[in-house]
Amino acid sequence: MTSVPVSSPFFSPGSSLRRLMINVNIGLIPGTLAYAWFFGVGVIINILLAIIFALAYEAAILWLRKKPVMPHLTDYSAVVAAWLFALCLPMHSPWWLVAVGIGFTMIAGKHLYGGLGFNPFNPAMVGYVVLLISFPLEMTTWYLPVAISGESIGLVDSIAYSFGLADIRQWDALSSATPLDQFKTLSGQNISASEIRLSPVFGNFIAVGWEWIAGCWLIGGLWLLYSRTIKWQIPVAVLGSISICALVFYLYDPEKIASPLFHLFSGAIMLGAFFIATDPVTAATTDKGRIVYGVLIGLLVYVIRTWGGYPDGIAFAVLLANMCVPLIDYYTQPRVYGVDTDLSDDE
Amino acid sequence: MNAKNWLNKLHQMHGGLHLEDHKAESLTRGLQQASLPPQLYLPLKQHIGETNKPLVRPGDRVLGGQLIAHSSSPISSPLHAPTSGRVREIAAHPVPHPSWQSDTCIVIDVDGEDEVLPGNPVDAQTLPVSELVERIHEAGIVGLGGASFPTSPKILRGNNQGIDTLIINGVECEPYITCDDILMRTYTDEVMNGISYLQRIINPASTLIGIEDNKPDAVKAMNEALSARHLNNTHIVVIPTIYPSGGEKQLIQILTGREIPKGKLAFDIGLFCQNVGTCAAISRALDRNQPLISRIVTLSGDGIRQPGNWEVRLGTPISHLIELAGGYLDNECRQHLVMGGPMMGFSLSGDQVPIVKASNNILITRQQAIPQAPGEHAECIRCSKCADVCPAQLLPQQLYWHARARAYDKTEEFNLFDCIECGCCSAVCPSEIPLVQYYRAAKSEIRAIQQAQFKSDRARIRFEFREKRLLLNKQSEQERRRLKREALKKRIPQTQNGDTEFDPVQAALARVKAKKQAQQEASAPKNTTNLSPAQLKQIEAADARRRAAREQRT
Repeated sequence: MTSVPVSSPFFSPGSSLRRLMINVNIGLIPGTLAYAWFFGVGVIINILLAIIFALAYEAAILWLRKKPVMPHLTDYSAVVAAWLFALCLPMHSPWWLVAVGIGFTMIAGKHLYGGLGFNPFNPAMVGYVVLLISFPLEMTTWYLPVAISGESIGLVDSIAYSFGLADIRQWDALSSATPLDQFKTLSGQNISASEIRLSPVFGNFIAVGWEWIAGCWLIGGLWLLYSRTIKWQIPVAVLGSISICALVFYLYDPEKIASPLFHLFSGAIMLGAFFIATDPVTAATTDKGRIVYGVLIGLLVYVIRTWGGYPDGIAFAVLLANMCVPLIDYYTQPRVYGVDTDLSDDE
Repeated sequence: MNAKNWLNKLHQMHGGLHLEDHKAESLTRGLQQASLPPQLYLPLKQHIGETNKPLVRPGDRVLGGQLIAHSSSPISSPLHAPTSGRVREIAAHPVPHPSWQSDTCIVIDVDGEDEVLPGNPVDAQTLPVSELVERIHEAGIVGLGGASFPTSPKILRGNNQGIDTLIINGVECEPYITCDDILMRTYTDEVMNGISYLQRIINPASTLIGIEDNKPDAVKAMNEALSARHLNNTHIVVIPTIYPSGGEKQLIQILTGREIPKGKLAFDIGLFCQNVGTCAAISRALDRNQPLISRIVTLSGDGIRQPGNWEVRLGTPISHLIELAGGYLDNECRQHLVMGGPMMGFSLSGDQVPIVKASNNILITRQQAIPQAPGEHAECIRCSKCADVCPAQLLPQQLYWHARARAYDKTEEFNLFDCIECGCCSAVCPSEIPLVQYYRAAKSEIRAIQQAQFKSDRARIRFEFREKRLLLNKQSEQERRRLKREALKKRIPQTQNGDTEFDPVQAALARVKAKKQAQQEASAPKNTTNLSPAQLKQIEAADARRRAAREQRT
C-alpha cells in the first residue's frame, strides 16, 4: 500500500511550468530573427552567450545552495531571463559585458532573493540597468540597420569582436543613435518633428528595421495570448496608456511631439509590454491590479522618454512598477464569494 | 422571480474548470445489483454529528432493516442492519477516512437469507409533516451528496427559517462519478416522490432541479417523470458542465444568481439544497418503510476491469465490489484506491474498508496519481492561474504564501475558510504545488490553535474570576474591619468627654476593669439581692422550719 494517506486532487505529474517558459521562448523567435535580419547576427551571439553564462551561474548557485540542479536548469526560466536580457544589449557587446550583466541578473536579481518566484524585481531588467549605469559607453553604442549602411558585420567579425579579437573602432562609421535617441536629442535642439524625420533612420514609415522588429514582437505577443501563457491585461494597459499619453501630447503639438505610432513601433515598448512587464513573478497578480500595473509602466515609459535622461525607459519603468506591486495587489483584491453581500457577518 | 426567469437566465459562477469527465466508462452497463458479501462492516458513525451507540451484542441475530445503533443527540442518524445475519463482533476496523484511521464497526456475518424486518409503509401525502420528519430521522437518512449531514435536523432548521426555493442537486460535476446519473435514470420515480415529500414538508414557493448538460438521458427521464405528475412550480434546469458547479454554493449561484453570505448558510437566504440520492432515500423510507441500508456506488478508473454502477448494501467491503467488477487490472492498482472523485476524494488505506453512506465513487487508477509532497514541488511564479479558476474568488497564491509561512492571521485575512477545497487551483498550477493540501493543513492548525486558545481562555477566565472573588472577599473583610474601627473611634472619644489625648492602653485597661466588675457583679447570686423585707421574712421562716426539722430527726 501507499505508506501515507494523501489527499485530493489526484493527478499524474507533468510540469507545465516548463511548457510556460518554452512558450515564451517560442514567442521570442520571430522578433529575434527580424532583429538579426535588420541589424546583423551580433544579437544572436549575445543571446547565446547570455544563455550559456546564465545556465552556468544558475547551476553554480543551485549547487552552492544545495538545491537540485537539473530540475531548475530544465525549467527554462534562466533561458527566458537570459534571452530577454540579451535583447536589451546593443548589437555588438564584448563577452565580459554579457557575463557581468547576466551575472547580476541571475545572482543579484534572482538567487539572492531566493530563486525563481521570490524576486521582487525583473531579473533581466536588474542586469540591464546595472550595465546601463556602469558602462554607459558600451551600452549606448548602437549601429545602423543593414538596409541603411549597406554593410553588415558578419558572423566571424561579430564573434571576433565579442571575444576582444577585433577592434570595434573599425566600424565607427556604422554606429548611430537609435531612432528614439535621435528624436529626443534633436527635438531638444528645437528641431521640428518633420525635419527630424528627414534623417534616414526614420525611413518612410516610422523607423527602419525597428518597425518590423516591433511588429514581430507583437506577433510573438499574440502567440503568448493565444497559448494562454499571459493574459491580456498587462500588454493592453501598457500599450494603451502610452498611446493615450502620446496621442494627447501629439494632438497638442504635432510639430514637436512624437506620434503614438512612433512610440509604439520605434523602441522596445512592444517587447516590454508582451514579454518583460508580463513576467508573472514580478508583476501584479490580480486582474485589476495588472491593469493598474500596466498603465503605470506605460505612463513611466512615456515620462522617461519625453522628459527623462534616457531615450527609452522600459527597464526603469518596469523596476519602478515592480516596487508598487505589493501595494497594487493589496488594494485590488477581488471580492470573495459571499463577502460584502447584504447579510454577511463581517465587512 | 417567476419560473420563466429561472429557466431563461442562468447565472455564472466564478472560475471553474472544464475537466475530462471520464463518465462514459462507468455508464456502458446499467445499474447492477451487488451480491451480498460474507461479512458486513458497519462503522457506528457514518454521519456528521454524535457517534451512535450499538443496540446489539455479539451473537445477536439481526434482520434486514433492524435498528442496530443510535444516539439520542438531535444531530445524529441511526444505523440499521442491511440484511439478516448474526452479529459477529463490535470492534475496530479500517474505515474510509482521509486519515486512514480505524473506527468501531458492527460486524455482521451475513446468513444469505436476506430476511427483512416487516414494516408498515405510510401514506406520505396525508401523514402530518412532523411525523414525516420523524420517519426520515428514524430511517437513518443523511445527505448522500457527500457531506453526510443528517437530513432531519436540516429539514427542521430549514422549516424554522422559512424556505422560498428548494434546490435539488443532480449536478454530479466531478469526473468519473455517475451514481446520481444512473439513479436519476433508474429510480426516477423515487427521486420525484422524494422531491414531492420534501415539498410537502418545507413548502417552498418553487423547486429547481439542477442537472449538468452532460447527462442528457437523466434529464430526459426526469423531464418525463416531472410532466407525468403535478408538482407545484417545479423546474428541471440544465446547466453547463463546469467543475465545481455541483458545490452547494456554486449551484445556488448558477441557479439563482445569489451568494450565500460569508458565515451564513443556505437557509439564511431562504434556500434549501438536497441531493437527488437523498430524495430517493426519503421516498424509500416513507413509501416502503425501508431505512437507508444500501446506496449506488460507481466503480471507475483505468485500474478496474469493468467500471460500472452497483447498488450495494452498506458495510460491503470494497474488495467484494472489485471482484464483482472483474478485479484489478493489475496488482499495482490495489494500492491506488480513492473514495470520491479525483478532485475532492481521499485515498483509502486498502480495499478492506467498507462502503458507507457517503461513498459515491471508488476510483481505481493504474498510475499512482499522487500529488507531489509539500516542499518537493517547484516554486510559485505568481502567475495567478489559480485565482482565475477559484470559484470562491480567493487569491490562492497569496493564501499559499501565508499558509507556507504559517502566518495564520494573514490566511484568515485572505479568507482561507471560504475555500471549498475543490482543487481547481492545484489542477492548473504550473508549478504543481499541492495548494489544497497547504490549505487543509493550515485550516486544521488554525482550528487546533483556536481550540487551544478557547481552552486557555476558559482557564484564564476561571482563574481571573477566582482572583477577583478572593480580592473581593479580602476587600469586604477589610472594609468591615475599617467600619468597625471607625465605629469604635467614634464611641471612645464620647466616653473620654472630648479628651484629645486618648490613651488606648488606659482605655483598654479601663474597659477590662469595667468588664471584670461587671462580671463580678454578674457572678454574685442574683435572686437573693435586693429582696423586699417580706421576702426576707419568708426566707427566715423557711430557714427556721428547716432547722426545727433537722433537730427533730436528731
